[in-house]
Amino acid sequence: MSRHDVVQLLYIVAFSLFIAGLHMLRGPRTAVRGNQIAAVGMGVAVVATLITRGVGDWILIVVGVAIGTAVGIPAARGVKMTQMPQMVALFNGVGGGAVALISIVEFRVTGGDLELQSLIPILFAAIIGSISFWGSIVAFLKLEERLKGRFAIPKVVNGVLLGVAVVLAVIIAAGSDSQLLFWLILVSAGALGLLAVLPIGGADMPVVISTLNAFTGLSAAAAGVALDNTALIVAGMLVGASGSILTKQMAEAMNRSIGNVFFGGLGAGGPALPGGGETGGTVRSTSAADVAIQLSYARLVVVVPGYGMAVAQAQRAVADLATELEKRGVEVLYGIHPVAGRMPGHMNVLLAEADVPYEKLKEMDDINPEFARTDVALVIGANDVTNPAARTVADSPIYGMPILDVDKAGSVIVLKRSMNSGFAGIDNPLFYEPKTAMLFGDAKGSVGEVLAEVQAL
Amino acid sequence: MDLLTEIAILVLAAFVGFEVISKVPNTLHTPLMSGTNAIHGIVVLGGLLLIGPAHGFLNDLLLVIAIAFGTINVVGGFLVTDRMLGMFKGRKPDPELEPGARGEAGDERSEAG
Repeated sequence: MSRHDVVQLLYIVAFSLFIAGLHMLRGPRTAVRGNQIAAVGMGVAVVATLITRGVGDWILIVVGVAIGTAVGIPAARGVKMTQMPQMVALFNGVGGGAVALISIVEFRVTGGDLELQSLIPILFAAIIGSISFWGSIVAFLKLEERLKGRFAIPKVVNGVLLGVAVVLAVIIAAGSDSQLLFWLILVSAGALGLLAVLPIGGADMPVVISTLNAFTGLSAAAAGVALDNTALIVAGMLVGASGSILTKQMAEAMNRSIGNVFFGGLGAGGPALPGGGETGGTVRSTSAADVAIQLSYARLVVVVPGYGMAVAQAQRAVADLATELEKRGVEVLYGIHPVAGRMPGHMNVLLAEADVPYEKLKEMDDINPEFARTDVALVIGANDVTNPAARTVADSPIYGMPILDVDKAGSVIVLKRSMNSGFAGIDNPLFYEPKTAMLFGDAKGSVGEVLAEVQAL
Repeated sequence: MDLLTEIAILVLAAFVGFEVISKVPNTLHTPLMSGTNAIHGIVVLGGLLLIGPAHGFLNDLLLVIAIAFGTINVVGGFLVTDRMLGMFKGRKPDPELEPGARGEAGDERSEAG
């Protein structure tokens, strides 16, 4: 068996381990081991590459790996769970950036003298990788709230940038070996990524992050085709599939198409809800003491967390309150909307961090039938995902979006900072219902007060 | 390898990916994303394969950056996923939580924080 065969065999071992590892993510019990198995697969793939004939320049390799390790380990150890969306955005970005850089070097090394079957994947990888890199940087800055405000980019600009990148790619594929053109492809694709993500608001971030995740995977798979590397092809495609599935699920959970997220945008301000005005009027404000009494005498309480809980870092306070209620015989469940928070699964990770058993975290379809027997629905920093207008008001911008049916509960308590409407700028008739009471203030502070009152009962 | 074989691998990998990923529950979607972040760190292989044949300062510089980026993905991605998955705990076997046990859990937490 030649060395080449050994390398190929090890690649097969590597991607089998990736698949086995991802397969074990089907449940929290097996997931830790699954992640470790995938990591072993990565080790096998790297070793296989290092023993490939012709691989060299060891000093540079060590320098690159050392820099990456020095950045990666502290980042992974230090990141707060509330910051996971930023972290994942950044990781998407560096992956896409690496693909873009590898594409241009491959082009430069060969002097553009490549067969079409390598050249086309390289051009594809360059475009997608560059979009992913710059788009992810913008997503990161927006999630960190270092980039605020609303930006309106005319659709035509994005169209032109994409057109330029594709035309330049066609010119290169047709025989040009100009490096300048290749750089221009990276620049125009990068500008497209940047401008496409710039106008997108926080609540749409789950879709954006998932899409960029898919892009990075697809660009890696394309680079794999160009470099004749099966491990890259399979691993890239697995990531591409994962990102695509998440994108689809997130878009469905918002009842919007992906194109609508990137190019539509919810009308800023939008027309005032017809229903909102009519039901509007008085909002009932309540006190921590009243909430404590209501919760303590309930049989079933369903907590509905949203981004407000993450912002206020209130997850531990919420978990402590739930523990206190459970001590008093109250059943506490959590109803989690797929797009609650800023990325898929954001709320689940925060509550897991606060030691809430994962069996209590219910998906939308599982918790909705439970609201009929729920005594109190406790909405913490969530808004649009509870808005009954999505069910009833046909001309509402969020009409048709699947929501958590908190309005079917016996009573509803909404913890909210103020009466500002949610990201979508849509009035929420839930707040004006007679069964709803509002507890205004910072989520962490409010939950803490309620907890103290429960303990004092 | 010829192009058609590679496309066949690509298509099969896509189907396997869809099949495997669609079984991942919502509750694990964040670790899934960080885990796939780690897996697409596989692009580091591209940097490793090219840095030998590549010459010149600019090529070397770009590839060192690419290798560093890929390594960040691999090392950071697997580590943070491991950290996150370690937090997902099921219901304790004994539902009767002793007040003392709860107190201890609370202490652990405050130490960790």
